[in-house]
Amino acid sequence: MVDKSIVGTEMGGGSMVVERGKIMEFARAILDENPVYFQETDAPAPPTFTMAGAHWPSGSGGGGAKLADLGLDLLRVLHAGQEYEYLGEIKAGDSLTSRAVISDVSEKEGKRGGTMTFITSETTFTNQRGEDVLKARTILVQTSKAAS
Amino acid sequence: MDRVSVHFEDLQEGDEITDWPPVENISRSHFVRYAGASGDFNPMHHDDTVATKVGYPSVFGHGMFSAGVLSHYVTDWVGVGNLRKYAVSFRGQLYPGATLSFKATVTKKYKEGDENRIDATLQGVDDKGTVIINGSCTAALPSRG
Repeated sequence: MVDKSIVGTEMGGGSMVVERGKIMEFARAILDENPVYFQETDAPAPPTFTMAGAHWPSGSGGGGAKLADLGLDLLRVLHAGQEYEYLGEIKAGDSLTSRAVISDVSEKEGKRGGTMTFITSETTFTNQRGEDVLKARTILVQTSKAAS
Repeated sequence: MDRVSVHFEDLQEGDEITDWPPVENISRSHFVRYAGASGDFNPMHHDDTVATKVGYPSVFGHGMFSAGVLSHYVTDWVGVGNLRKYAVSFRGQLYPGATLSFKATVTKKYKEGDENRIDATLQGVDDKGTVIINGSCTAALPSRG
């Protein structure tokens, strides 16, 4: 059981620079040879590029909760899904800041018994001009027994 | 700048896109390259010792690796920059040696403001027929106008 009162909890924010080399590396990793990602200027970020934000400091030292602080048992937590809403362009050279909030907690009975708890964390990315350019939702699932 | 291969007029609700070339011979190299690009170094995706210890037959791909590869088929189809929403859920593990095939089905065609939009469902399956990933997308398509 995860306490539903965690909805609304602010998670740590972060920041990342959208680097041209990282765009090329990411495009290759998703087997995408579209020349638009390899151009010298204004290369766009692939749709799931902000996953690479994991390389950047999370900024959680500046306040905000971590998953373990929310009563989640990380050994039983899996990444169930991911959703993106594209609000504006993200290009090489942009500087993004992000802030995340727990936006939903729901429960479902698992097929083999036990309860699965779905936790949604919504991250909003804002560029250097103060424009919100992306909303990314990460859906985590915590199983009632240890994952096997 | 976009390699758009489809226009709004070309698509009807119910249309299926099934001719995307499959990704053959999924390998550990794919997972390692995605780990480096994304920064997700969960050992389940590169360390067989860890993966087999908890009962998996071997390492398996990051859900977001499949999601990334699928997104590249989608942007090849609708054009980079035309994607408005993209959502995926992870259904099964992608193992080395698998062949991964994707398809899309147009579910809705409509106007939103001054944009011509489509919604589509997406799916990726391996060569055993196991669903690896389900998804959906919304795109604004250019008109032949």
